[in-house]
Amino acid sequence: MSVTRRQFIKWTGASVAIAGASGCASVSGRKTVGRVVVIGAGYGGATAAKYIRMWSPDIEVTLVEREAEFISCPLSNRVLGGVWELKELTRDYGRLSARHGVRLVRDEAVAVDPVAREVRLRSGATLEYDRLVVSPGVDLLYDEIPGLAEPSARDRVLHAWKAGPQTVALRKQLEAMRNGGVYAITVPRSPYRCPPGPYERACQIAFYFKMHKPRSKVLILDANDDVQSKKALFTKAWAERYPGIVEYRPLSTLVDVDVATLTAKLDFEDVRADVLNVVPPQRAGTIAKDAGLITANGRWCEVDFLTYESLAVRNIHVLGDSVMAAPQMPKSGHMANQHGKVCAAAIIALLHGEAPNGKPMVTNTCYSFVSDKDVVHVASVHAYDASQKTMVVVPGASGVSSSANELEGEYAESWGRNIWDDMLG
Amino acid sequence: MGARAILLALMSLGIVSSPALAAEDLEARGWAATCTGCHGTNGRSTGKIPSIAGRPQSDIVRLMREFRDGSRAATVMHQHAKGYSDDQVERIAAFFAAQKP
Ligand code: HEC
Repeated sequence: MSVTRRQFIKWTGASVAIAGASGCASVSGRKTVGRVVVIGAGYGGATAAKYIRMWSPDIEVTLVEREAEFISCPLSNRVLGGVWELKELTRDYGRLSARHGVRLVRDEAVAVDPVAREVRLRSGATLEYDRLVVSPGVDLLYDEIPGLAEPSARDRVLHAWKAGPQTVALRKQLEAMRNGGVYAITVPRSPYRCPPGPYERACQIAFYFKMHKPRSKVLILDANDDVQSKKALFTKAWAERYPGIVEYRPLSTLVDVDVATLTAKLDFEDVRADVLNVVPPQRAGTIAKDAGLITANGRWCEVDFLTYESLAVRNIHVLGDSVMAAPQMPKSGHMANQHGKVCAAAIIALLHGEAPNGKPMVTNTCYSFVSDKDVVHVASVHAYDASQKTMVVVPGASGVSSSANELEGEYAESWGRNIWDDMLG
Repeated sequence: MGARAILLALMSLGIVSSPALAAEDLEARGWAATCTGCHGTNGRSTGKIPSIAGRPQSDIVRLMREFRDGSRAATVMHQHAKGYSDDQVERIAAFFAAQKP
């Protein structure tokens, strides 16, 4: 133990980190009521880390993240449309430590011991916790697609479902594609991360084709029986803005891929493309699986919506896309930000020996760009229902844009800046 | 450093006792946090979405009522405003009114 602690101090450079069990005075002189470790600095984890420290500086928070910078998945389809570059979606984590005193550890959590309350990191070090927050996002299930078993195959057939190098690589494939080519995207059965994402992506790529490669096509091969989000608005955008470019095919389940010919093998037909973009089925991130947090359909983690504590393992909270969602609760960045705040307040209450708020609320809004400027949204407000022990949409408090409009394009950009500051600033 | 942080620091030095903290409406703070993904932490926004930090409580309550009954034009607030009771709106508005603009 002492060895791992010493190593830990070495790379965080923060002697405060060793402040021991609950109640011990930390080096700063302030009483520490508990230690929280957060795994994953995305919309859920970074928000939880910041809000715990902002609302309750007597709690120590260590945030474990394997990436050097934050890159937003929401709005990243704009890179594919050629409207934005990745740097506009990129933020650094520095203010979480400088302003809020969150200890940042760049590493990967590889194991959790819920009895000893320890997280083991790739580097071999361990972190002790009183409460653990697991917010790893989704893992992509390539084992269900034999042709993509080899990593080299996945360099050719991209997902771009996590913003970063894959987003840039997909953009390059689109730029290299001939005018008159076919871009095909396969959509997994719901639930998957970002319900409107595939349809927004189709719009962004169609926008690019219309401007630069007008004889090309965008083919949406959807395993679901219909458009999963903002159906009327997306269908209208495809018909009116991109006629002859976008084609939507429901009930098109991907069973395999032939990488050599860029062929999507569906259950009833084969479809050849010039750029093939496979969004694979998903489940809660691997660390959630390894920690025994997955309890629903072998994929998602059931939680108590008052605290986001796992129903399977005590003192571990799960946020964001990994959560087995309540009815009509999407796997979105906005929703993960909301999970983070409810969880932060609950952890603060629990570590102070108080009861968590019994009436939490969360909201969602997903903005989708149907062109370079015009946006459509879907919004909902969810309240805790004590009798059903879940979050339900407040009657009347949900809806979509009346039509695509430029004003919401400006609001969407403002949303991005505000929510990134809300989680990181 | 936020007001609560200062209070906590003073508390730890024994200068301020905890009732000052207990007076904070933590439930409302949590509900107000449903607004701040869009309006910015504690209601301070950058860009097109309006800032609501430091706005008088009565203004926020009135605007929320107008969004709810449709008398004020909105792209999204008419949908969000219907999610909260009158009591919740009063207390959320009090939270934002108390924030630094
Ligand atoms: C999806 C993002 C979003 C969320 C969440 C949101 N707002 Fe708004 N808010 C907006 C936008 C956009 C406007 C501009 C009006 C419109 O188009 O709906 C606005 C306008 C307002 C205004 C009017 C300000 C002015 O000066 O005109 C108030 C007050 C307000 N919001 C309060 C709230 C409160 C309180 C909450 C939480 C209960 C909230 N908002 C949640 C996006 C949001």
